[in-house]
Amino acid sequence: MKNLVEVRWHGRGGQGAKSAAQFLAEAALDSGKYIQSFPEYGPERAGAPIRAFTRISDKAINIHSGVTNPEVVVVIDTTLITPQVLDGLGEDGILIVNSSESPSEIRKSLGYKGGKVASVDATKIALETVKLPMPNTPMLGALLKVTPIVPMKALEGRIRNKFLKKIGEEKTNANLEAIKRAYNEVNVE
Amino acid sequence: MATPKLAPFTGDEITAYAMKQIEPDVVAAYPITPQTEIVMNFSQYVADGKVSTEMIPVESEHSAMSACVGAACAGARTMTATSANGLALMWEILYIAASTRLPIVMPVVNRALSAPINIHCDHSDSMGTRDSGWLQIYCENAQEVYESIILAVKIAERADIQLPVMVCQDGFITSHAVEGVEVFEDKAVKDFIGEYKPRFSLLNVEKPVTVGPLDLQDYYFEHKRQQSEGITNALKVIPEVFKEFEKAFGKKHDFVDGYRLDDAEVAICVLSSTAGTARGVVDNLRDKGQKVGLLKPRFFRPFPREAIAKKLSHLKAVAVLDRSEAFSGEGGPLFSEVKAALYDEKSHPSVINYIFGLGGRDIFEKDIEKVYTDLLEVAGTGKIKEKIHFLGVRD
Repeated sequence: MKNLVEVRWHGRGGQGAKSAAQFLAEAALDSGKYIQSFPEYGPERAGAPIRAFTRISDKAINIHSGVTNPEVVVVIDTTLITPQVLDGLGEDGILIVNSSESPSEIRKSLGYKGGKVASVDATKIALETVKLPMPNTPMLGALLKVTPIVPMKALEGRIRNKFLKKIGEEKTNANLEAIKRAYNEVNVE
Repeated sequence: MATPKLAPFTGDEITAYAMKQIEPDVVAAYPITPQTEIVMNFSQYVADGKVSTEMIPVESEHSAMSACVGAACAGARTMTATSANGLALMWEILYIAASTRLPIVMPVVNRALSAPINIHCDHSDSMGTRDSGWLQIYCENAQEVYESIILAVKIAERADIQLPVMVCQDGFITSHAVEGVEVFEDKAVKDFIGEYKPRFSLLNVEKPVTVGPLDLQDYYFEHKRQQSEGITNALKVIPEVFKEFEKAFGKKHDFVDGYRLDDAEVAICVLSSTAGTARGVVDNLRDKGQKVGLLKPRFFRPFPREAIAKKLSHLKAVAVLDRSEAFSGEGGPLFSEVKAALYDEKSHPSVINYIFGLGGRDIFEKDIEKVYTDLLEVAGTGKIKEKIHFLGVRD
């Protein structure tokens, strides 16, 4: 794996793309990596497309520009799966989408031939576990299956740490279950 | 060496955390994007009883700085924070704080000034206050923000300085990005800054003083001369605070931060977060055998002329990158002062200026690479084709 890994998250305001970018970064920080995570600030409102970013590295991160050539793109909202999400993604890139379609169908509709394409029905998983259409935590599970940039234990630790106080034991466990299910159910090609 | 334990903080969060550890007597502040999270987080600390600070939620920045002046005159350790138009609204009182020699510490989250209205980063806000008598520290990342705020308290309150300090960080780029930060123990911070013992206090009835009286032709000039000497003196004694900081926390600070300059032929001089991006470009170009370096001034006030001249005078060409426009027709504020700093040297490099990043326009490694390419051409030919450039702007 390259020393510096950059992940770009696509979601809609309110779906937790910014939080997912941050959870991933914090889990990496807990595993001894250097990190940055930041959203792209525009006119923020629920439902508007937003992008967020995670940088993970073995060395201190000095760069403070936006991410233009991510190694990994995660699309947490199904309606945002358009060729735009491929911007700057290289031939050996990784694309992970929230969709009930198979990776080959996604490849076909986007015309992406390179790297790896993965899909998981994260909204369905979220509705069945968390009982809310919040696909951000399951997408983290899918991400770690496709590219283990941080150990699952570190992610679980962070989610537990973040969620317990805020939403209690039951809902925290539901999120952890969502992560585990997406990890097991994601399809990669 | 063991990797230090890092905890995740945004620039704004770590600012509020530093303020919690400092636990000022008084904080008077008004929220403004992108500084809002500082006020929000610090107010939470106050509400939760984590600090005993008297928090004054004022109705404007003019009032915020006025309340700070009052509190500091009463002998309180005083802080506030602001951005952009908020800083502009404080203008009148900024001068009063500095001229009254009040050691107020103010984190500034750099943001473009209106018009047109824009919430993103540039340095036009703090650069506009450069003649107000405040000291200014510019920070590259969250770690520097944290350490500089603690450092600033010690500098501001020294009896031989007694001046207010702004600690600047890049809006959104630093203030809203999560990074790993090594934080110090609460007690270590408290021990370092010590108890504040003001030389004068309006509350000290044993030693009554008058603050801010009418001061006309007979004494105003003498007071301004003293203020000027205060700034000159700050240059001399701040290095002592750097040493104390290193002794307490094992971290080095200086007026400037040079990178691969010793055998360099050309260099970029730039403040704040962009210096980090430029450092990576220096490494890439060095790998290709190009003799390039970087200078990041940490302080803009007092202006560390000697430190800058010492680091840059041996070079063939220097590009100063300004994240603000001074509208003088002669380039940005950092450019003018760095160029002047080199004038007194026996030999000096060609100096060119790049205005960049206004209103938060992103600057990429390829932009910085282009500056180094231009610099190597200037160094090779000895000729400057164009003195002032706009980097990353559409024609």
